[in-house]
Amino acid sequence: MAILEGKKAIIIGDRDGIPGPAIAECVQSAGAKVVFSSTECFV
Amino acid sequence: MDLENQKRVKEFADEHGAENLVVILGAAEGEAAGLAAETVTAGDPTFAGPLTGVQLGLATYHVCEPEMKEEFDEAVYDEQVSMMEMVLDVDEIVEEMSAIRDEFCKFL
Repeated sequence: MAILEGKKAIIIGDRDGIPGPAIAECVQSAGAKVVFSSTECFV
Repeated sequence: MDLENQKRVKEFADEHGAENLVVILGAAEGEAAGLAAETVTAGDPTFAGPLTGVQLGLATYHVCEPEMKEEFDEAVYDEQVSMMEMVLDVDEIVEEMSAIRDEFCKFL
């Protein structure tokens, strides 16, 4: 299955969980294009 | 999800088409992941942001869900995410995300 291949990815990371840039690296390795990456902070 | 990010998600859905987008979350807890997932599928549950009443139905996953991990290059995942994964309650996150996807996602 290919959930990400050829898709455009919106990344909502979390400062207390997984930050946006770390997710972006993974998503790019799966063949998706990152169109937006952010790291939220709930504090 | 913060209001500025909701606005951006809405703009990208209009620009690229909701069926072409996947939202990947990195929330630290199942509840936070579920709230963000609900926001980009069924609309903002807090009725505060631009996605209030907007049912985009976007495909959405948490980065630590097994079906996402399968897609990533293993070495990249190990380097970037696996340390944090160890302190997350992945089972709780999977449960929340699956429930939201089953109910609200239009593009699976």
